[in-house]
Amino acid sequence: MYGKGRIIPALILFLGVMTSPMWYKSGDLSKLPKPEKPKDYTECVAPTAYMRTSHMVLLNQWRDDILREDGARTGKTPNGTEYVRSLQNGCMKCHSDKKKFCDTCHNYTSVKPYCWDCHLQPKEAM
Amino acid sequence: MDSKRRDFLKIAGLTAIAGIAVPTAFNSLLKGEAIASEHGEAAAAAGGHGAAAAKTGKRYGMVIDVKKFTENPGLADKCVSVCHTIHNVPDFGNKKDEIKWIWVDSFKHVFPDDSSQYKQPEGLNSLPILTLCNHCDNPPCVRACPTQATFRSKDGIVGMDYHRCIGCRFCMAACPYGARSFNWRDPRGKDANGQPFIKAENPKFPTRMRGVVEKCNFCTERLAIGQIPACVEAAAQSKALVFGDLNDPNSEISQVLKTTFTIQRKPSAGTHPSLFYII
Repeated sequence: MYGKGRIIPALILFLGVMTSPMWYKSGDLSKLPKPEKPKDYTECVAPTAYMRTSHMVLLNQWRDDILREDGARTGKTPNGTEYVRSLQNGCMKCHSDKKKFCDTCHNYTSVKPYCWDCHLQPKEAM
Repeated sequence: MDSKRRDFLKIAGLTAIAGIAVPTAFNSLLKGEAIASEHGEAAAAAGGHGAAAAKTGKRYGMVIDVKKFTENPGLADKCVSVCHTIHNVPDFGNKKDEIKWIWVDSFKHVFPDDSSQYKQPEGLNSLPILTLCNHCDNPPCVRACPTQATFRSKDGIVGMDYHRCIGCRFCMAACPYGARSFNWRDPRGKDANGQPFIKAENPKFPTRMRGVVEKCNFCTERLAIGQIPACVEAAAQSKALVFGDLNDPNSEISQVLKTTFTIQRKPSAGTHPSLFYII
Protein backbone atom coordinates (compact mmCIF):
# COMPACT_ATOMS: atom_id res chain seq x y z
CA MET A 1 0.00 0.00 0.00
CA TYR A 2 1.31 3.38 -0.95
CA GLY A 3 2.10 5.59 2.05
CA LYS A 4 1.00 3.07 4.67
CA GLY A 5 3.53 4.49 7.10
CA ARG A 6 1.36 7.60 7.47
CA ILE A 7 -2.15 6.26 6.70
CA ILE A 8 -2.33 3.48 9.29
CA PRO A 9 -1.11 5.55 12.28
CA ALA A 10 -3.41 8.36 11.16
CA LEU A 11 -6.38 5.94 10.96
CA ILE A 12 -5.61 4.60 14.46
CA LEU A 13 -5.32 8.13 15.80
CA PHE A 14 -8.61 9.11 14.10
CA LEU A 15 -10.49 6.12 15.53
CA GLY A 16 -9.00 6.79 18.95
CA VAL A 17 -10.13 10.42 18.93
CA MET A 18 -13.61 9.55 17.60
CA THR A 19 -14.25 6.88 20.23
CA SER A 20 -12.59 8.75 23.10
CA PRO A 21 -15.92 9.67 24.79
CA MET A 22 -16.70 5.95 24.99
CA TRP A 23 -13.35 5.09 26.61
CA TYR A 24 -13.43 8.06 28.88
CA LYS A 25 -16.95 7.69 30.38
CA SER A 26 -18.09 4.24 29.32
CA GLY A 27 -20.67 2.76 31.63
CA ASP A 28 -20.55 5.59 34.14
CA LEU A 29 -24.01 5.18 35.65
CA SER A 30 -23.37 7.84 38.26
CA LYS A 31 -23.75 10.46 35.52
CA LEU A 32 -27.38 9.49 34.81
CA PRO A 33 -29.84 12.29 35.60
CA LYS A 34 -31.79 12.00 38.84
CA PRO A 35 -34.89 14.14 38.62
CA GLU A 36 -36.18 15.15 42.03
CA LYS A 37 -39.56 13.57 42.70
CA PRO A 38 -42.23 15.44 44.65
CA LYS A 39 -42.15 14.67 48.36
CA ASP A 40 -45.83 15.12 49.19
CA TYR A 41 -47.19 12.92 46.41
CA THR A 42 -46.37 9.29 45.74
CA GLU A 43 -48.57 8.53 42.75
CA CYS A 44 -48.47 9.94 39.24
CA VAL A 45 -51.28 9.94 36.66
CA ALA A 46 -49.70 6.97 34.85
CA PRO A 47 -47.01 4.37 35.65
CA THR A 48 -43.47 5.74 35.87
CA ALA A 49 -42.21 3.76 32.86
CA TYR A 50 -44.97 5.22 30.68
CA MET A 51 -44.43 8.74 31.98
CA ARG A 52 -40.70 8.46 31.29
CA THR A 53 -41.14 7.53 27.66
CA SER A 54 -44.44 9.12 26.70
CA HIS A 55 -45.26 12.18 28.82
CA MET A 56 -45.43 14.33 25.69
CA VAL A 57 -47.88 11.89 24.09
CA LEU A 58 -50.06 12.17 27.17
CA LEU A 59 -49.87 15.97 27.20
CA ASN A 60 -50.82 16.13 23.52
CA GLN A 61 -53.75 13.77 24.11
CA TRP A 62 -54.99 15.93 27.00
CA ARG A 63 -54.70 19.08 24.92
CA ASP A 64 -56.53 17.70 21.87
CA ASP A 65 -59.19 16.05 23.99
CA ILE A 66 -59.92 19.15 26.07
CA LEU A 67 -59.66 21.77 23.33
CA ARG A 68 -61.29 20.00 20.43
CA GLU A 69 -63.42 17.20 21.86
CA ASP A 70 -64.80 19.06 24.88
CA GLY A 71 -63.11 16.42 27.05
CA ALA A 72 -62.92 16.35 30.83
CA ARG A 73 -60.51 18.79 32.43
CA THR A 74 -59.86 16.53 35.40
CA GLY A 75 -58.92 12.88 35.72
CA LYS A 76 -58.45 10.32 38.47
CA THR A 77 -55.36 8.30 39.30
CA PRO A 78 -55.79 4.52 39.84
CA ASN A 79 -55.95 5.23 43.60
CA GLY A 80 -58.71 7.79 43.11
CA THR A 81 -56.84 11.05 43.55
CA GLU A 82 -58.29 13.75 41.33
CA TYR A 83 -55.91 15.76 39.18
CA VAL A 84 -56.18 18.54 36.61
CA ARG A 85 -55.30 17.47 33.08
CA SER A 86 -53.01 20.39 32.44
CA LEU A 87 -49.29 20.99 32.31
CA GLN A 88 -49.39 24.35 34.01
CA ASN A 89 -52.15 23.65 36.55
CA GLY A 90 -51.77 19.87 36.88
CA CYS A 91 -48.26 18.48 36.41
CA MET A 92 -46.55 21.50 37.94
CA LYS A 93 -48.73 21.28 41.05
CA CYS A 94 -46.72 18.24 42.20
CA HIS A 95 -43.57 18.66 40.12
CA SER A 96 -43.31 22.26 41.22
CA ASP A 97 -39.60 22.71 40.55
CA LYS A 98 -38.93 22.73 36.81
CA LYS A 99 -35.15 22.99 37.22
CA LYS A 100 -34.90 19.96 39.48
CA PHE A 101 -37.44 17.84 37.62
CA CYS A 102 -37.90 18.65 33.92
CA ASP A 103 -34.52 20.15 33.20
CA THR A 104 -32.34 17.36 34.64
CA CYS A 105 -33.35 14.83 31.96
CA HIS A 106 -33.91 17.36 29.20
CA ASN A 107 -30.42 18.75 29.65
CA TYR A 108 -28.89 15.26 29.81
CA THR A 109 -30.53 14.23 26.53
CA SER A 110 -30.13 17.71 25.02
CA VAL A 111 -33.86 18.05 24.43
CA LYS A 112 -35.19 21.60 24.25
CA PRO A 113 -38.98 21.53 24.49
CA TYR A 114 -40.71 24.88 23.98
CA CYS A 115 -43.39 24.38 26.66
CA TRP A 116 -42.25 27.39 28.66
CA ASP A 117 -42.36 29.85 25.77
CA CYS A 118 -46.08 30.09 26.57
CA HIS A 119 -46.87 28.09 29.70
CA LEU A 120 -45.92 29.71 32.97
CA GLN A 121 -43.82 27.72 35.40
CA PRO A 122 -44.47 27.94 39.13
CA LYS A 123 -43.16 31.20 40.51
CA GLU A 124 -41.00 29.82 43.31
CA ALA A 125 -38.95 27.80 40.83
CA MET A 126 -38.24 30.65 38.45
CA MET B 1 -48.16 -12.97 -39.96
CA ASP B 2 -50.73 -13.78 -42.54
CA SER B 3 -53.67 -12.01 -40.89
CA LYS B 4 -55.84 -10.21 -43.33
CA ARG B 5 -56.80 -6.59 -43.35
CA ARG B 6 -60.40 -7.64 -42.60
CA ASP B 7 -59.37 -9.49 -39.37
CA PHE B 8 -57.20 -6.59 -38.25
CA LEU B 9 -60.06 -4.12 -38.66
CA LYS B 10 -62.40 -6.43 -36.71
CA ILE B 11 -60.01 -6.62 -33.75
CA ALA B 12 -59.33 -2.88 -33.85
CA GLY B 13 -63.06 -2.15 -33.82
CA LEU B 14 -63.77 -4.49 -30.91
CA THR B 15 -60.91 -2.98 -28.90
CA ALA B 16 -62.21 0.53 -29.49
CA ILE B 17 -65.72 -0.46 -28.38
CA ALA B 18 -64.38 -2.19 -25.28
CA GLY B 19 -62.18 0.80 -24.47
CA ILE B 20 -65.14 3.16 -24.49
CA ALA B 21 -67.77 0.85 -23.04
CA VAL B 22 -65.94 -0.54 -20.00
CA PRO B 23 -65.06 2.79 -18.26
CA THR B 24 -68.53 4.14 -19.07
CA ALA B 25 -70.14 1.09 -17.55
CA PHE B 26 -67.93 1.39 -14.46
CA ASN B 27 -68.69 5.08 -14.04
CA SER B 28 -72.41 4.65 -14.32
CA LEU B 29 -72.30 1.76 -11.86
CA LEU B 30 -70.26 3.78 -9.33
CA LYS B 31 -72.54 6.79 -9.73
CA GLY B 32 -75.55 4.63 -9.13
CA GLU B 33 -73.97 3.41 -5.94
CA ALA B 34 -73.16 6.95 -4.79
CA ILE B 35 -76.72 8.11 -5.41
CA ALA B 36 -78.06 5.11 -3.55
CA SER B 37 -75.85 5.79 -0.50
CA GLU B 38 -76.72 9.50 -0.51
CA HIS B 39 -80.38 8.59 -0.36
CA GLY B 40 -79.66 6.24 2.49
CA GLU B 41 -77.88 8.94 4.52
CA ALA B 42 -80.56 11.51 3.86
CA ALA B 43 -83.21 9.05 4.96
CA ALA B 44 -81.29 8.24 8.12
CA ALA B 45 -80.81 11.93 8.94
CA ALA B 46 -84.47 12.66 8.41
CA GLY B 47 -85.43 9.69 10.54
CA GLY B 48 -83.09 10.73 13.34
CA HIS B 49 -84.05 14.37 13.67
CA GLY B 50 -87.58 14.59 12.38
CA ALA B 51 -88.78 16.92 9.67
CA ALA B 52 -87.53 20.16 11.21
CA ALA B 53 -83.98 18.84 11.86
CA ALA B 54 -83.92 20.64 15.21
CA LYS B 55 -80.60 22.05 16.37
CA THR B 56 -78.92 19.82 18.90
CA GLY B 57 -76.05 20.56 21.18
CA LYS B 58 -74.95 23.90 22.53
CA ARG B 59 -74.20 27.10 20.73
CA TYR B 60 -72.95 29.79 23.05
CA GLY B 61 -73.83 33.36 22.19
CA MET B 62 -73.94 36.81 23.71
CA VAL B 63 -76.22 39.84 23.66
CA ILE B 64 -74.48 43.20 24.06
CA ASP B 65 -76.79 45.95 25.29
CA VAL B 66 -75.11 49.12 24.05
CA LYS B 67 -77.63 51.36 25.89
CA LYS B 68 -76.46 49.99 29.23
CA PHE B 69 -72.84 50.63 28.31
CA THR B 70 -73.75 54.22 27.43
CA GLU B 71 -75.38 54.58 30.85
CA ASN B 72 -72.25 53.19 32.60
CA PRO B 73 -69.32 54.90 30.88
CA GLY B 74 -66.52 52.97 32.61
CA LEU B 75 -68.07 49.55 32.20
CA ALA B 76 -66.70 48.67 28.76
CA ASP B 77 -63.13 49.43 29.81
CA LYS B 78 -63.64 47.32 32.92
CA CYS B 79 -64.74 44.36 30.79
CA VAL B 80 -61.71 44.80 28.52
CA SER B 81 -59.22 45.03 31.36
CA VAL B 82 -60.69 42.03 33.23
CA CYS B 83 -60.44 39.87 30.11
CA HIS B 84 -56.97 41.01 29.17
CA THR B 85 -55.70 40.50 32.72
CA ILE B 86 -56.90 36.94 33.21
CA HIS B 87 -55.80 35.87 29.74
CA ASN B 88 -52.31 37.37 29.95
CA VAL B 89 -52.92 39.61 26.94
CA PRO B 90 -49.88 41.86 26.48
CA ASP B 91 -50.12 45.64 26.12
CA PHE B 92 -47.45 46.77 23.68
CA GLY B 93 -48.45 50.40 24.07
CA ASN B 94 -49.01 51.13 20.39
CA LYS B 95 -51.84 50.55 17.92
CA LYS B 96 -49.67 48.78 15.35
CA ASP B 97 -48.72 45.88 17.62
CA GLU B 98 -51.95 45.90 19.62
CA ILE B 99 -53.31 42.56 20.86
CA LYS B 100 -57.02 42.58 21.63
CA TRP B 101 -59.50 39.92 22.64
CA ILE B 102 -62.28 42.37 23.42
CA TRP B 103 -62.22 46.07 22.59
CA VAL B 104 -64.23 49.25 22.09
CA ASP B 105 -64.69 50.84 18.68
CA SER B 106 -67.05 53.39 17.16
CA PHE B 107 -70.43 52.41 15.70
CA LYS B 108 -69.40 53.26 12.15
CA HIS B 109 -66.42 50.91 12.39
CA VAL B 110 -68.29 48.10 14.10
CA PHE B 111 -71.31 48.32 11.77
CA PRO B 112 -69.85 49.66 8.50
CA ASP B 113 -72.67 48.31 6.33
CA ASP B 114 -75.47 49.90 8.34
CA SER B 115 -78.16 50.88 5.84
CA SER B 116 -79.79 53.64 7.88
CA GLN B 117 -77.08 56.14 7.09
CA TYR B 118 -79.30 58.99 5.88
CA LYS B 119 -81.62 59.51 8.83
CA GLN B 120 -80.02 58.33 12.02
CA PRO B 121 -79.73 59.57 15.57
CA GLU B 122 -77.16 62.24 16.22
CA GLY B 123 -73.83 60.94 17.44
CA LEU B 124 -74.59 57.36 16.41
CA ASN B 125 -71.49 57.03 14.24
CA SER B 126 -69.19 57.81 17.13
CA LEU B 127 -71.12 55.72 19.69
CA PRO B 128 -68.62 53.44 21.44
CA ILE B 129 -69.44 49.76 20.98
CA LEU B 130 -67.89 46.90 22.92
CA THR B 131 -67.01 44.09 20.56
CA LEU B 132 -65.19 40.76 20.52
CA CYS B 133 -64.91 37.60 18.45
CA ASN B 134 -68.33 36.71 17.01
CA HIS B 135 -67.81 32.94 17.39
CA CYS B 136 -69.51 32.55 14.03
CA ASP B 137 -71.64 29.54 13.17
CA ASN B 138 -69.91 29.60 9.78
CA PRO B 139 -66.43 30.86 10.68
CA PRO B 140 -64.29 31.95 7.71
CA CYS B 141 -61.13 31.90 9.85
CA VAL B 142 -61.54 28.16 10.42
CA ARG B 143 -61.82 27.55 6.69
CA ALA B 144 -58.74 29.68 6.02
CA CYS B 145 -56.47 28.06 8.61
CA PRO B 146 -54.07 25.67 6.84
CA THR B 147 -53.07 23.78 9.99
CA GLN B 148 -56.46 23.47 11.71
CA ALA B 149 -55.01 25.48 14.57
CA THR B 150 -58.32 27.30 14.79
CA PHE B 151 -61.48 25.25 14.91
CA ARG B 152 -65.14 25.39 15.88
CA SER B 153 -65.82 23.19 18.89
CA LYS B 154 -69.05 21.39 19.71
CA ASP B 155 -70.40 24.20 21.88
CA GLY B 156 -70.06 26.73 19.05
CA ILE B 157 -66.90 28.38 20.37
CA VAL B 158 -64.27 29.18 17.76
CA GLY B 159 -61.15 28.16 19.61
CA MET B 160 -57.45 28.14 18.91
CA ASP B 161 -54.67 25.68 19.56
CA TYR B 162 -51.62 27.92 19.78
CA HIS B 163 -49.32 24.89 19.50
CA ARG B 164 -50.43 24.43 15.91
CA CYS B 165 -50.47 28.07 14.81
CA ILE B 166 -47.72 28.80 12.29
CA GLY B 167 -48.43 32.53 12.18
CA CYS B 168 -49.46 32.68 8.52
CA ARG B 169 -52.26 35.16 9.40
CA PHE B 170 -54.67 33.75 6.81
CA CYS B 171 -57.30 33.76 9.56
CA MET B 172 -56.76 37.46 10.15
CA ALA B 173 -57.33 38.12 6.46
CA ALA B 174 -60.42 35.89 6.52
CA CYS B 175 -62.05 37.39 9.62
CA PRO B 176 -64.43 40.20 8.61
CA TYR B 177 -64.47 41.58 12.16
CA GLY B 178 -60.79 42.15 12.95
CA ALA B 179 -61.15 39.90 15.96
CA ARG B 180 -57.70 38.38 15.62
CA SER B 181 -54.35 39.85 16.60
CA PHE B 182 -50.84 38.81 15.65
CA ASN B 183 -47.97 38.73 18.11
CA TRP B 184 -45.39 40.78 16.23
CA ARG B 185 -43.32 41.01 19.42
CA ASP B 186 -42.57 38.64 22.25
CA PRO B 187 -45.43 39.07 24.72
CA ARG B 188 -43.10 38.01 27.55
CA GLY B 189 -40.73 40.84 26.71
CA LYS B 190 -40.22 44.25 28.31
CA ASP B 191 -40.64 47.75 26.92
CA ALA B 192 -37.94 50.44 26.72
CA ASN B 193 -38.50 51.33 30.39
CA GLY B 194 -38.07 47.75 31.53
CA GLN B 195 -41.79 47.29 32.18
CA PRO B 196 -43.14 43.86 31.13
CA PHE B 197 -45.83 43.91 28.42
CA ILE B 198 -47.97 41.64 30.59
CA LYS B 199 -48.43 43.75 33.69
CA ALA B 200 -49.48 40.95 36.05
CA GLU B 201 -49.24 37.37 34.87
CA ASN B 202 -52.15 35.09 35.70
CA PRO B 203 -50.37 31.87 36.73
CA LYS B 204 -53.43 29.77 35.84
CA PHE B 205 -53.39 30.70 32.14
CA PRO B 206 -50.59 30.47 29.58
CA THR B 207 -49.21 33.40 27.62
CA ARG B 208 -48.62 33.25 23.88
CA MET B 209 -45.32 33.44 22.04
CA ARG B 210 -44.06 35.67 19.27
CA GLY B 211 -45.41 34.71 15.84
CA VAL B 212 -48.84 33.33 16.72
CA VAL B 213 -52.31 34.78 16.21
CA GLU B 214 -54.57 35.07 19.22
CA LYS B 215 -58.19 35.86 19.92
CA CYS B 216 -61.07 35.63 22.39
CA ASN B 217 -61.86 32.07 23.47
CA PHE B 218 -65.26 32.90 25.04
CA CYS B 219 -63.61 31.94 28.36
CA THR B 220 -63.84 28.25 27.54
CA GLU B 221 -61.54 27.55 30.51
CA ARG B 222 -64.03 29.28 32.84
CA LEU B 223 -67.11 27.65 31.27
CA ALA B 224 -65.50 24.26 31.91
CA ILE B 225 -65.53 24.89 35.65
CA GLY B 226 -69.03 26.35 35.71
CA GLN B 227 -68.19 30.04 35.58
CA ILE B 228 -69.51 32.59 33.08
CA PRO B 229 -67.14 34.53 30.81
CA ALA B 230 -65.10 37.17 32.63
CA CYS B 231 -66.55 40.12 30.68
CA VAL B 232 -70.11 38.97 31.42
CA GLU B 233 -69.22 38.64 35.09
CA ALA B 234 -67.72 42.13 35.10
CA ALA B 235 -70.94 43.53 33.61
CA ALA B 236 -73.23 41.35 35.71
CA GLN B 237 -74.56 44.16 37.88
CA SER B 238 -75.94 46.19 34.97
CA LYS B 239 -76.88 43.12 32.89
CA ALA B 240 -75.26 44.80 29.90
CA LEU B 241 -74.01 41.44 28.62
CA VAL B 242 -76.21 38.35 28.42
CA PHE B 243 -74.45 35.06 27.80
CA GLY B 244 -76.00 31.65 27.18
CA ASP B 245 -76.97 28.81 24.90
CA LEU B 246 -78.69 30.02 21.73
CA ASN B 247 -80.03 26.53 21.01
CA ASP B 248 -81.84 26.29 24.34
CA PRO B 249 -85.24 28.01 23.89
CA ASN B 250 -85.55 28.57 27.65
CA SER B 251 -82.16 30.18 28.23
CA GLU B 252 -82.01 33.84 29.25
CA ILE B 253 -80.35 34.83 25.99
CA SER B 254 -83.07 33.13 23.92
CA GLN B 255 -85.72 35.01 25.90
CA VAL B 256 -83.94 38.32 25.33
CA LEU B 257 -83.59 37.62 21.62
CA LYS B 258 -87.28 36.68 21.39
CA THR B 259 -88.45 39.94 22.94
CA THR B 260 -85.87 42.46 21.74
CA PHE B 261 -84.77 43.67 18.32
CA THR B 262 -81.06 43.07 17.85
CA ILE B 263 -78.56 43.56 15.05
CA GLN B 264 -75.45 41.64 14.11
CA ARG B 265 -72.14 42.69 12.63
CA LYS B 266 -71.95 42.35 8.83
CA PRO B 267 -74.78 39.84 8.42
CA SER B 268 -74.21 40.01 4.65
CA ALA B 269 -70.87 38.21 5.13
CA GLY B 270 -72.86 35.03 5.80
CA THR B 271 -70.84 34.09 8.85
CA HIS B 272 -73.86 33.78 11.21
CA PRO B 273 -72.34 35.51 14.24
CA SER B 274 -73.27 34.43 17.75
CA LEU B 275 -73.10 38.03 19.05
CA PHE B 276 -76.21 40.24 19.02
CA TYR B 277 -76.35 43.97 19.70
CA ILE B 278 -79.13 46.02 21.22
CA ILE B 279 -78.45 49.57 19.98
